[in-house]
Amino acid sequence: MTDTLTPILTRLWDAPESWKLSTYEQHEGYQALRQALTMTPEAVLGAVKDSSIRGRGGAGFPTGLKWSFMAPPDGGPRYLVVNADESEPGTCKDIPLMMANPHVLIEGVAISSYAIGCEKAFIYLRGEVVHVYRRLLQAVEEARAAGYLGENVLGSGATLDIVVHAGAGAYICGEETALLDSLEGRRGQPRLKPPFPGAAGLYARPTSVNNVESIASVPGIIRNGADWFKSMGTEKSTGFGIFSLSGHVANPGQFEAPLGITMRELLDLAGGIREGHRLKFWTPGGSSTPIFTEEHLDVPLDFDSVAAAGSMLGTRALQVFDETVSVVRAVARWTEFYQHESCGKCTPCREGTYWMRQIMTRLEHGKGSQDDIDKLLDMCDNILGRAFCALGDAATSPITSAIKYFREEFEAGMHTPVDVLFPPEKSMLFAASDTKESSGMVTA
Amino acid sequence: MTEDLWSLHDTHEAGYLHVSTESKEPYAADVLERLRADAEVVIARYPEKRSALLPLLHLVQSVDGYVTGRGIDLCAELLDLTTAEVSGVATFYTQYKRHPNGDYTVGVCTNTLCAIMGGDRIFDTLSEHLGVGHDETTPDGKITLERIECNAACDYAPVVMTNWEFFDNQTPESATRLVDELRAGKDVVPTRGAAKVCTFKEVSRVLAGFNDGRADEGVGAGPASLLGLEIAKQQGWHAPSDDASGTGAPAQPEVPAGQTSIDSPSKTTPTDAPPTKPAGHDTLPGLEGKDESK
Ligand SMILES: Cc1cc2nc3c(=O)[nH]c(=O)nc-3n(C[C@H](O)[C@H](O)[C@H](O)COP(=O)(O)O)c2cc1C
Ligand code: SF4
Ligand code: FES
Repeated sequence: MTDTLTPILTRLWDAPESWKLSTYEQHEGYQALRQALTMTPEAVLGAVKDSSIRGRGGAGFPTGLKWSFMAPPDGGPRYLVVNADESEPGTCKDIPLMMANPHVLIEGVAISSYAIGCEKAFIYLRGEVVHVYRRLLQAVEEARAAGYLGENVLGSGATLDIVVHAGAGAYICGEETALLDSLEGRRGQPRLKPPFPGAAGLYARPTSVNNVESIASVPGIIRNGADWFKSMGTEKSTGFGIFSLSGHVANPGQFEAPLGITMRELLDLAGGIREGHRLKFWTPGGSSTPIFTEEHLDVPLDFDSVAAAGSMLGTRALQVFDETVSVVRAVARWTEFYQHESCGKCTPCREGTYWMRQIMTRLEHGKGSQDDIDKLLDMCDNILGRAFCALGDAATSPITSAIKYFREEFEAGMHTPVDVLFPPEKSMLFAASDTKESSGMVTA
Repeated sequence: MTEDLWSLHDTHEAGYLHVSTESKEPYAADVLERLRADAEVVIARYPEKRSALLPLLHLVQSVDGYVTGRGIDLCAELLDLTTAEVSGVATFYTQYKRHPNGDYTVGVCTNTLCAIMGGDRIFDTLSEHLGVGHDETTPDGKITLERIECNAACDYAPVVMTNWEFFDNQTPESATRLVDELRAGKDVVPTRGAAKVCTFKEVSRVLAGFNDGRADEGVGAGPASLLGLEIAKQQGWHAPSDDASGTGAPAQPEVPAGQTSIDSPSKTTPTDAPPTKPAGHDTLPGLEGKDESK
């Protein structure tokens, strides 16, 4: 058995000036790159493949396999694009990772680029986190000055440049093909697949789009080996991941653990549900993954077990809501989010999210009609599997799962506003007299 | 995004956003010269120049405070696009503003989790206090209030972003104080971010890819980000074969070939020292080095 928590990506986060190259180098930083450069690119790719690491951006596709599916080299450019758009509601792991230790990502990009034959890599960062952008820009500069990037990396003959690109606010740009369109200077709308990015991605060249955490895990795999990686996690969900607990727990935060840890264990580490309350529902992997309840506390949080229990591991974004929260209110707000973020390209999602939002708002205000629940389910049925990209499908997840577990609350929405049944003050952190003071806000 | 499409139909000038006549006035010669020089740097980063459009729109905002007609003209000219193509992109993304933005965008996260934890109350309080609604600017031009979506800081809910810097664990009182300080022209310090919040124009320049030398300011991580790490250190938990002291020296002999580390977990080896206390890290008393044998 491995330990309950396995800090690897998070290990340096508390070091003084954790974001600096010098700090990273003092802790084995860039040793994996040196090691990788002594191997053939095929061997590096092989090691990642052997680790069986599955993508950490939500879908869980094996990273090594994705790389090996790229069109074979033809002498033209090949690209690695890191998806640092982190905008899925509840997801808050990549941003703190890049703020505290940007170099583990840069090293991962360098090794991964070497493996797939990429000489110019991109990090597409959501634009709404300016300090993270500063840290990434500086990390690339530092790495370049130290010879980890540029022409003839560490004397190996390999060339690599990294461009850190800031987005401008659009959740859909996290979808990998929309991200590529956005990176090409267009509206961020998903592309028809096939061709997949591995065949024709950025500038119609073979491209791999990978999540921040996936790429940041690569240096560890190279340094310690695929078997080391596989000694953590489960057989089909190998390795570790950052689990993000937020909401009504005593101590929200980030927990890096082998895949397969349970919510019961994580809740325990987070000090349990906030005092005097009990768990009502939670998301295992962000708002796009069907909600879970107390009955799912012992589901191992790995890709297959969560899927077997009717949801998705997603991005391990564990948002916790206690008994004071109206599920209708929560779902209504998520539905507003999907409607707002729908890119408008396909009819089921553009129209469907619009109408679902109307119905959810009605139910929230206690003005629902007799057949609203059936109508919602019918719409979800019409969107799921018919939308152009996964955003449309995602918009149905909270609705169908919430109706499944809390149908009576939707029925109450036909006559009683949620605020009457669930006074919002009870859910707020500062409703109690012990108003929590922010550590920010200092004046000069 | 769909609303954005609709409002595009409202524009009177094809190819432009809602623009006032002065937004189409030509740039002063020196401003234009600097813009062109900066744009050249931006364009040079990319294999194909159209990729420079998003950063160039941030650059326009760093000069004009929003996406102006003249800014659109310039982007179109530099990238060989039509003004309609540039406007189409500018209207798609929420960070591009169609009318003059305040010096500070105060964005209250009202996505589900933050909203429920108090974000809705914070937004309502600020809206009433400032007398403006979503995407509206105070008459003094200081603050543009926004509802924002999840900003990847849910473990610090309720979250307020000021010019895209983090203000964690906010209350209606702390947020009110924040906007009052901003309006009084005082510097404010984010919870996790630079030593002070820069202006909208300054931050827009960073977002165009021009670093402002502030990367070393602020913390590496906030307390919630460190919680798991802290608990692991207290418990002596770490990854297999991973040196818990983090000094880089191997903590144990290599696992023999053919034997996976599952069979010989490093934590049972005597050489595996309990975690040492790193500088600046407070360990709870009584928990240090506990549980080595687990
Ligand atoms: C609407 C939508 C938003 C997404 N947002 C993100 C994101 O912010 N970050 C991310 O890594 N993947 C996101 N994804 C998943 C990506 O499409 C893609 O699967 C992922 O980046 C691949 O990386 P991985 O294989 O390392 O997981 C999103 C998908 C959809 C449909
Ligand atoms: S499902 Fe929604 S987000 Fe995806 S392409 Fe269709 S409209 Fe756009
Ligand atoms: S819901 Fe507010 S930061 Fe995630």
